[in-house]
Amino acid sequence: MKLSILGQIKRDRIFLLLLAPTMIFYIMFRYVPMFGITISFMDYNLFKGIAGSPWVGLKYYRMFFENPDARIIIKNTVLLGFYKLLFGFPAPIVLALMLNEVRSMLFKRFVQTVSYMPYFLSIVVVASMIDMFLSPSTGWLNHALQSMGFPAVNFLQEPGWFRTIFVSSEIWQQVGWGSIIYLAAVTTIDPQLYEAARMDGAGRLKQIWHVTLPGLATTVAIMFLMQVGQILEISFEKVFLLSNAATYDTSDIISTYVYRIGLLQGNFSYGAAIDLFMGVIGFALVYVSNRISRRFSETSLW
Amino acid sequence: MKQRTSLFDIVNVLILALFACTMLFPFIHMAAVSLSSAEFVVGNRISIWPKGINFDAFAAVLSDKRILTGYKNTLIYVVLGTTLSLIVTTMGAYSLSRRNLVFGKTFMLMIVFTILFSGGMIPTYLTVRNYHLLDTIWAMVIPNLVTAFNLIIMRTFFQGIPRELEESGKIDGLSDAGILTRIVLPLSKPVLLTVMLFYAVQIWGNFFSALLYLRNADLYPLQVIIRNIVMMGVISDITVSSALGDKKVVLESLKYAVILVGTLPILLFYPFIQKHFIKGAMMGSVKG
Repeated sequence: MKLSILGQIKRDRIFLLLLAPTMIFYIMFRYVPMFGITISFMDYNLFKGIAGSPWVGLKYYRMFFENPDARIIIKNTVLLGFYKLLFGFPAPIVLALMLNEVRSMLFKRFVQTVSYMPYFLSIVVVASMIDMFLSPSTGWLNHALQSMGFPAVNFLQEPGWFRTIFVSSEIWQQVGWGSIIYLAAVTTIDPQLYEAARMDGAGRLKQIWHVTLPGLATTVAIMFLMQVGQILEISFEKVFLLSNAATYDTSDIISTYVYRIGLLQGNFSYGAAIDLFMGVIGFALVYVSNRISRRFSETSLW
Repeated sequence: MKQRTSLFDIVNVLILALFACTMLFPFIHMAAVSLSSAEFVVGNRISIWPKGINFDAFAAVLSDKRILTGYKNTLIYVVLGTTLSLIVTTMGAYSLSRRNLVFGKTFMLMIVFTILFSGGMIPTYLTVRNYHLLDTIWAMVIPNLVTAFNLIIMRTFFQGIPRELEESGKIDGLSDAGILTRIVLPLSKPVLLTVMLFYAVQIWGNFFSALLYLRNADLYPLQVIIRNIVMMGVISDITVSSALGDKKVVLESLKYAVILVGTLPILLFYPFIQKHFIKGAMMGSVKG
């Protein structure tokens, strides 16, 4: 017996009621802003509101692409994402492989516990720690450098160091947490495969190469595609906290630029135009990578 | 089967031990400096062991009004936000876990779409502004009320509860709401705890909302205070309060004490709650 839509609504009324706050939240705070993006086609004025502001077509998009800043911040965003993927993606896999070879459960558990911890620190705390450790006068890193006879480096004021600092701090924070999924995948590998490999005379490294890694291949591929999809989703908070005017050549990314130029200086339409440009590219990246992932495995984001 | 300890094992354990040290060193160093007396800190003689142990830096930090206000505000945001988020997410996830919910697929699609595409910083800011939430405690709670990730974790968990249990509840005369509170929720304690912790950690560390939506210093959460003191060097109040005693506290020890005070709750609870986080990480990786 199939109920009509109205009948189904009546049957599910309790569930619709329970779901209502969630959906109201999504509409008010996720969908309304999506439509708010129309201000990027207007000369938005805070006091006149959307209804009273004049339409200007693609003015702000043209303005962005003609601005020499655009090239720099797009390049910085892409490079930061690329380096994070290049170094940050293999790190948890290596960690999981090494942890998997540890015989002492106690030691393994200890390393795991310690390595997950930074993931739960707030970004402000991590940025504050970096700020202190890298200080040219009081930070321990410069003390260490100086005691080895090198000159002190003002790391956070030099554009050449920004990407290294950002990527390594991201790895420090996320490598342990990222390894969880690979450690779980390792446990699904059939122990008989290791047995067989040993019979064939494979040493530990060869077992990793010929048994563990192939066993992880699907997980690795899926995680890789997911992370490629999110390559431009760089922590605004961390970049914002670690960057300063001296390093904008490498540290100014799209979101920090939108915050500074769009929000702080009140160029809302201009900022919203960059937001939309960013959003569309981000969407395309996630969508495509997820489609590929779905094609060659059962797993996908949705 | 006992295997010999090979060179491979030794190298592996050594590298991992070194790795564990890089994870721990920052905390130990911060603790050492903040506990050491001024003359040793100024002379750069502290690495991992405190010298001239004293608690002056912590006393100064804990008597600073901004830190206390920040702590209070953060606690309010965490308690209020976690409670609301957990309730709303649980109700939503339970409904969405029902296979034949009317428009269920549409609702789910709407939620997943927000992971892929968002209005961006400026339109979101203007929306929150239009709702008159700027400079209210709600600005720290409502704009991130539901996280799709947490919703999906919960929904996946609810879907795993056998239908027979609900059917039997129905036969015993329970209403739909009764099934949720009497049967489903008691079975879901692990996932409720996990999602609660994810929300709490997220709100605890939330700097973004405060940066965008708060101008009133009385509402600043701890994260903003930490940033102002450590990174922007706004230290006047503390130096005044620490000068009350005649002992001198070095700026560096003070800043490290601020960072540690702001991290302490998570460091203290972490060993006991980590297994719940790990469960969440595994559930989140399952297809939603």
